[in-house]
Amino acid sequence: MTANDTGVNAPLRARLPVSTLRVDRWWMGPALTVAGLTVFVVYATFRAFQQAHYFVEDYHYLTPFYSPCVSEGCVEASSLFGRFLPDHPLIPYAALSLPFLLLFRLTCYYYRKAYYRSFWLSPPACAVPEPHRKYTGETRFPLILQNIHRYFFYAAAIVSVINTYDAIIAFQSPEGFGFGLGNVILVVNVALLWSYTISCHSCRHVIGGRLKHFSKHPIRYWMWTKVSLLNARHMQLAWITLGTLMLTDFYIALVAGGVISDLRFIG
Amino acid sequence: MSYIGQFRVWRGDSNGGSLEDFEVEVNEGEVILDVIHRLQATQAPDLAVRWNCKAGKCGSCSAEINGKPRLMCMTRMSTFSEGETITITPMRAFTVVRDLVTDVSYNYEKARQVPSFQPPEGLAPGEYRMQQVDVERSQEFRKCIECFLCQNTCHVVRDHEENKPAFSGPRFLMRIAELEMHPLDTADRRDMAQDEHGLGYCNITKCCTEVCPEGIHITDNALIPMKERVAGRRYDPVVWLGNKLFRRNRS
Amino acid sequence: MTEVERHNYDVVVIGAGGAGLRAAIEARERGLRTAVVCKSLFGKAHTVMAEGGCAASMGNVNSNDNWQVHFRDTMRGGKFLNNWRMAELHAKEAPDRVWELETYGALFDRTPDGKISQRNFGGHTYPRLAHVGDRTGLELIRTMQQKIVSLQQEDYAETGDYEAKLKVFAECTITELLTDDSSGAISGAFGYWRESGRFVLFEAPAVVMATGGIGKSFKVTSNSWEYTGDGHALALRAGATLINMEFVQFHPTGMVWPPSVKGILVTEGVRGDGGVLKNSEGKRFMFDYVPDVFKGQYAETPEEADRWYTDQENNRRTPDLLPRDEVARAINSEVKEGRGSPHGGVFLDIASRMSAEEIKRRLPSMYHQFKELADVDITKEPMEVGPTCHYVMGGIEVDPDSAQSVVPGLFAAGECSGGMHGSNRLGGNSLSDLLVFGRRAGQGAADYVAGLDRRPVVLQSDVDAAARMALLPFDPPESGEPENPYTLHQDLQQTMNDLVGIIRKADEIEQALERLAELKTRMRRVVVEGHRQYNPGWHLAIDLRNMFMVSEAVAKAALMRTESRGGHTRDDYPQLDAEWRKTLLVCSATDDDELVPGIKVERKEQEPMRQDLFELFDVEELSKYYTEEELAAHPDYQSLAAKGNAEAGKEEA
Repeated sequence: MTANDTGVNAPLRARLPVSTLRVDRWWMGPALTVAGLTVFVVYATFRAFQQAHYFVEDYHYLTPFYSPCVSEGCVEASSLFGRFLPDHPLIPYAALSLPFLLLFRLTCYYYRKAYYRSFWLSPPACAVPEPHRKYTGETRFPLILQNIHRYFFYAAAIVSVINTYDAIIAFQSPEGFGFGLGNVILVVNVALLWSYTISCHSCRHVIGGRLKHFSKHPIRYWMWTKVSLLNARHMQLAWITLGTLMLTDFYIALVAGGVISDLRFIG
Repeated sequence: MSYIGQFRVWRGDSNGGSLEDFEVEVNEGEVILDVIHRLQATQAPDLAVRWNCKAGKCGSCSAEINGKPRLMCMTRMSTFSEGETITITPMRAFTVVRDLVTDVSYNYEKARQVPSFQPPEGLAPGEYRMQQVDVERSQEFRKCIECFLCQNTCHVVRDHEENKPAFSGPRFLMRIAELEMHPLDTADRRDMAQDEHGLGYCNITKCCTEVCPEGIHITDNALIPMKERVAGRRYDPVVWLGNKLFRRNRS
Repeated sequence: MTEVERHNYDVVVIGAGGAGLRAAIEARERGLRTAVVCKSLFGKAHTVMAEGGCAASMGNVNSNDNWQVHFRDTMRGGKFLNNWRMAELHAKEAPDRVWELETYGALFDRTPDGKISQRNFGGHTYPRLAHVGDRTGLELIRTMQQKIVSLQQEDYAETGDYEAKLKVFAECTITELLTDDSSGAISGAFGYWRESGRFVLFEAPAVVMATGGIGKSFKVTSNSWEYTGDGHALALRAGATLINMEFVQFHPTGMVWPPSVKGILVTEGVRGDGGVLKNSEGKRFMFDYVPDVFKGQYAETPEEADRWYTDQENNRRTPDLLPRDEVARAINSEVKEGRGSPHGGVFLDIASRMSAEEIKRRLPSMYHQFKELADVDITKEPMEVGPTCHYVMGGIEVDPDSAQSVVPGLFAAGECSGGMHGSNRLGGNSLSDLLVFGRRAGQGAADYVAGLDRRPVVLQSDVDAAARMALLPFDPPESGEPENPYTLHQDLQQTMNDLVGIIRKADEIEQALERLAELKTRMRRVVVEGHRQYNPGWHLAIDLRNMFMVSEAVAKAALMRTESRGGHTRDDYPQLDAEWRKTLLVCSATDDDELVPGIKVERKEQEPMRQDLFELFDVEELSKYYTEEELAAHPDYQSLAAKGNAEAGKEEA
């Protein structure tokens, strides 16, 4: 697939009959990434446009895929910020937040690595040639836009605040205070969402990484060290939160759709 | 505890070459470089190979073992099974000189293009004061032994010879990051990182980090922070708007 | 006529380790066109292996430190055989040289008030070693490499050519120095490109030798393939002299097991930070080996030694930190007496004395190295260590101030020069040595070139002869079986290791000399396969010439010195001998053999120490090393003599 006159076959480089001599299962990583991301995208797309089974009114469970619910089609109780977007099948109820969340993940340094390697095979694995004849990386439009990741981080942080609020006000039942399995799921999900968001490389930069002298900013340095610890787990958090998002949404969909009832501890 | 191992070693030069099969004795506790030395001493006295310290500290014996960029002195034989044929080739991103030796001059040319440390004016030797927390980030990058495995594995140049003029590779983008984070350096290399050293070519696929024998977090601690610094200067909409409005020319 | 690539320079620096780079920086800063020639790639020199640090009495950690204390430690470590002027210059100038590195961009570890942190090391009274974790040598090399790049950038800005005034010739080996026929002064250097095998000639009036050591003549060594004593041998052949060649330092703690790390050194920093030596019975045996000259300066019980790590004002240091030669000999005795580890060493234990996190924080690359290279976890198990050939104190005899040898235009710095460390080098003094004398050599060369009224001339016949010598291994022998250079090298290493190793005896050294003579005749029959392009077999055959000359110098000097001192231990003469203290053994080449010239050793009186330096020492200490006549010059001698008389009187009474 590789062009003859460039890359590992370029003139004057060591001539070898094969483009890679790797004998391990290097294709496994990209294959799993494709599978994992595809499952999420299909599920999320379906749910975003389903416009149903997103809210459990009794306990005020709102799935993160519909938060904040700002469409005129939203159930009134689920909507905390008003309903102003037209109710249209092609406009998700959370059309205000979803694009930013999508772009936050799309421009995330980890996801970039993941999809460049798996979907774009650039490169599929280390020391395995990529199939493209030309490569300009993130130097041009549109990929140069990856550089504005930081602003999607800010947006994602705001959405995380909203998700947190959703999780807090969900401690209710028709009688008042309430606590069920759904709450546990919502709280765990939002905690992990925060971990993923905070562990972002842009966050690490703005919180303290951009400083030249940590010693002059002890508090920011302290925060930077904590973010750095989380940042080392950014990949894991990226995958875990995809899982918890789907799980949370699926649980609420089942409860909202009446397939199961929430396991209640109080109320 | 010794056995006869099967090896395929690339031999040749820039005009061509091939993998040659050898059977070499392997003893307990040895590394690939021990085997290569035995091969030299007993069967192939003119086998060209670079090495110096044999301790993972000088970064000379870079090669590709079973297709993976590695230091020969840091690849233990115990990580292979006895029956396995082990293939050893020179680095494939650079012009080959002979056998396992490649021409790494690309790296030295790039090194020369990174503007050096620029101390504050008027600061006399002996008066430098820096805090440990401030030097630690750059110190991580200064662990680099310049084995050039990151340069070799980076697909930007490995798979695209034509990118070499525009792209300095992880090693030297990390060098820029090191200077940017140096507590006493006074120069600003952010524009240069993007325009002259090709930071934008990096698509953070992390192979440099994967192959680094020193375990330096090249991508997370050098390249991405550098991209963020450039983003702060170049792609921040507020800064961009300001530049447009006030026609501040970037040089 | 031989086909050669010709270059013209003011100064040619041979070797791109710390000393070579520092010399090149100096020569270029003084406006000279400078070439650096090195056998490996730029930045790979053996200096990167130095772990512990660079000794300089900056007094950042303990303000009591100053150059006088450093000078005394150095002289003491070298058993007063050091060239005192070199030791003086070294102690005085080291701090400036370290601070200078910071202006090049070096990042040493820091003290809480932001200064360069300094650590304890064997033989140093105070914490003195500037360091960066355990990769100080790498920091030095990289810093100077980057300084050279920055000088090249200046030249580029000015001339449009990076290499206008300073050029690095990497992977290029010098095989011969050339001298002017009439004056005997240096006129150039001849060598070949390793890559192509093509010959190259540097016409230059000044050559700075910075080629490092000779370890590759020994079997168990921490040294890389480059350490073949090129500088020593080239200087000899150009008419220069070597001194102190009998003193070879065996680092006490080289790994002896497993094979993948055999010979790799465990930095003294491990002991400075709390690691202790134990024998197979688990005993900290070093307390039994404190020699008389150090009595009273080291802790006498493990309890006191352990207190010292936290309170150095009120306790004496652990004998695990005795100078290297003492520790190496102690380990040797333990092993001989059957208390060694399974693989012929002793145990160095840090695992049981510190938490795993602490070890990883203090000795990151040590931990990383053994884990990666040998799957040994130093936080969990003790290391098996033993004496390993590490450093040669001997080298080219030079003038202390200018670093010039007896050959005009030939300068030397770093390990390949001699005198500075006397009979034994203190850890940490090599990095400072190469900075101080690298700079001085560059300076000396610059002054020398400036003072020349005529450039010495290279003779074509010398070039032809050098080329013929280099190509000799391609010719089949006139008679006898062809020799494999690798086999010959192994035999040489075995001979030196077994017979002129850490403990020496007259009959063994004589035996070694016989074997060397025999090996030299085999040297004539060495034949290499293949062609000149990057051919390691050929390269080794050329280097072997140098190794033979150096080995002979070591053996002959070792036979002549009938005492034990520092890096020279004679089983048949186990004591220090004050008469020998003032005697240097000077080696020079004979012209009996073109391929491997023989070695002649002559005695030479050491110049007495300048009075003000002499008075820095306590007369009682000096009395352990000096003869009575020499001591008489000390102002306190009378009181010492009186005390001695009183004691003698007491005994009589």
